[in-house]
Amino acid sequence: MATAKTDKAKEIRNAGKEDIHPMEGLLRMDRMPHIWCPSCGIGLAVTAFTAALEKAGLDPNMVSIISGIGCTGRVAGYVKLDSFHTTHGRPIAFATGIKVGNPKVKVVVFSGDGDLIAIGGNHFIHAARRNIDMLVICVNNFIYAMTGGQVAPTTPLAAFATTSPYGCVEPPFNIPYIADSSGAVYVARWTTLHIRRLTKSLTEALQKTGFSVVEVISPCAMYYGRTNRLGDGLDLMRFYHDNVEIRHGEDTKNLDIGFQTKIICGTFVDRERPSYMERYNQWAAEAKGAKK
Amino acid sequence: MKADPKGVLTGSHKLSGNYACAEGALSAGCRFLGIYPIMPALEVSERYLERAPAVDATFIQMEDEVSVLAAVLGASWTGKRAMAVTSGPGLSLMMEHRGLGVMLETPCVIVDVQRIGPGLGMPNYPAQGDMMQARWGSHGDYEIIALAPSSPQEMFNYTIKAFNLAERYRSPVAVMADEYVAHLEEEVVIPPADEITIEPRRYFDGPTDKYLPFKRDKDLVPRMVDIGQGYRFHVTGLTHDDRGYPIMFEECQEYNVHPLVRKIRNFADDIVEVEEKDTEDAAIIVVSYGSTSRAAKKAMEQARTSGLKVGSLKLVTVWPFADKRVAALAKQAKAFVVPEMNFGQIVSEVERCSYGHANVFFVPHGEKGVENTEGILSAINKAAQETIIRDGVIEGV
Repeated sequence: MATAKTDKAKEIRNAGKEDIHPMEGLLRMDRMPHIWCPSCGIGLAVTAFTAALEKAGLDPNMVSIISGIGCTGRVAGYVKLDSFHTTHGRPIAFATGIKVGNPKVKVVVFSGDGDLIAIGGNHFIHAARRNIDMLVICVNNFIYAMTGGQVAPTTPLAAFATTSPYGCVEPPFNIPYIADSSGAVYVARWTTLHIRRLTKSLTEALQKTGFSVVEVISPCAMYYGRTNRLGDGLDLMRFYHDNVEIRHGEDTKNLDIGFQTKIICGTFVDRERPSYMERYNQWAAEAKGAKK
Repeated sequence: MKADPKGVLTGSHKLSGNYACAEGALSAGCRFLGIYPIMPALEVSERYLERAPAVDATFIQMEDEVSVLAAVLGASWTGKRAMAVTSGPGLSLMMEHRGLGVMLETPCVIVDVQRIGPGLGMPNYPAQGDMMQARWGSHGDYEIIALAPSSPQEMFNYTIKAFNLAERYRSPVAVMADEYVAHLEEEVVIPPADEITIEPRRYFDGPTDKYLPFKRDKDLVPRMVDIGQGYRFHVTGLTHDDRGYPIMFEECQEYNVHPLVRKIRNFADDIVEVEEKDTEDAAIIVVSYGSTSRAAKKAMEQARTSGLKVGSLKLVTVWPFADKRVAALAKQAKAFVVPEMNFGQIVSEVERCSYGHANVFFVPHGEKGVENTEGILSAINKAAQETIIRDGVIEGV
């Protein structure tokens, strides 16, 4: 049904007509326009994700997307999959229930740095430890943007926010390092400038069985950029262009991001580890055999 | 619909309340349990786990009670009947997702084996201190259904009933047990599967592009679909329209929130269940619920033998409250005696519904043992001697 719609979209695109969005089959067009600010990077991350979903060849009927709260928390509402806009910080826990409830469903958690790493930090590390089969897309804009620009666990030292008017005094989390050390099987980081590479990473991560994390560094000109006098969206993208260094396989320890310092991107972890459901099913089969 | 025989352990067993609760869940078709260890509720999970492989039931132990209920809600949307079991401190953490469960209208069962609170309280001593939290614990406006079992047999029966109510009203339903009934061992009779009625989930079966997750039937309950059936629906914890899309106007309070209240409040007569004994001619009525009703029953019988006209009203469903029945009895009887293992929660509801027609005596009950009748008898005697209707709740002891 929905795939037919996607095919139709492609057909029309190929015929050179531009009146249907190429991703229409995977987006809730009846909800457009979205709420994100001009020059926000979240839309780019969504574009990369929908492209990856097509490339990965997954049946969209069997993919569920779960978001928490915040700007990125709104993603689930715009993507045409079985989609859930849940509580702040808990999308990973909600998604865990879906995965165990129906292991055939591919679950994708799409949320922000504040949601996943601050209030949801505990769920993040435990899902990684269990190696729950899910893709976590963490859009990192260095700030709580929905509430107007407060310090996040990713805000670089000395950066300004409404709750750090004299500069941030807390060191930030290094998301790939947490994911890696907690047991994720796939860890990558890209910026929204690197759409092609980001799409490739998301495609790989979707095809992976296990806990995969893709961090997407995304410009927030409205709050992070403005508060820190970094210019507009284009200036932030230009900064990524000039300061991103791609180092695949880099030790995740070395991926700290300082205030306006070099950002290391790439695919850092790609390994195999039995997923939670693999272990669970093996245990259930053995236990069932023993009972008989 | 009849119960799936796989989960039903037909026969007569000597079971603790906690084990009976696990058996009730498995009989009701519960196939997902969210676990976080806490006393005195732990044995429910242990029993469930022991039986899970044979019944093809799934479970996961999460990192805290917050995530337990989040996972339970997620699992419920895959079509599984899902349950979370906890005690006071865990219930506090679950309030976040109970609110989400109400908003997403997600059927699930939350069993609270009450212990003394607040704070850490006392992990292995019974209390009924969470009754108001069960009603009002999550922020915002909503109605909730809560049952209070008084024996292992009722732990079994009410757990099944809770699953049925959850599916019927598409809402989280609470089973408010306590440490006493949870650890009490008694005979539990589990009937054959074909004698257990199960409320099926009400599914939408129209075309995939026509599904509206919050379009209400005449009885105000919307229909569900499962994840992975091709409907590609959206639901949000924000106030929303029939499509599940956020709406951010004042009108949504009426459009979205009011039906959450009305779908239960308007059907309270169908939901509310009480058990009455000798109320026809009673001048004094002992109102009780949960394990306190064991002492209430004994005290009532003792008072009857001494010639006092005492009846008993046991609340099977504490929420919604039996407003109408209590109001009717208030006009007929002279006084209510309300024993509770707390310092006054449901007694205020009894006082509210007596509308000044009857005295209300409160018995903070428990420190002398749950089955001790002394306090209740003393309140019954006080009630018998009282000649005028007094304002407010009267200390019975």
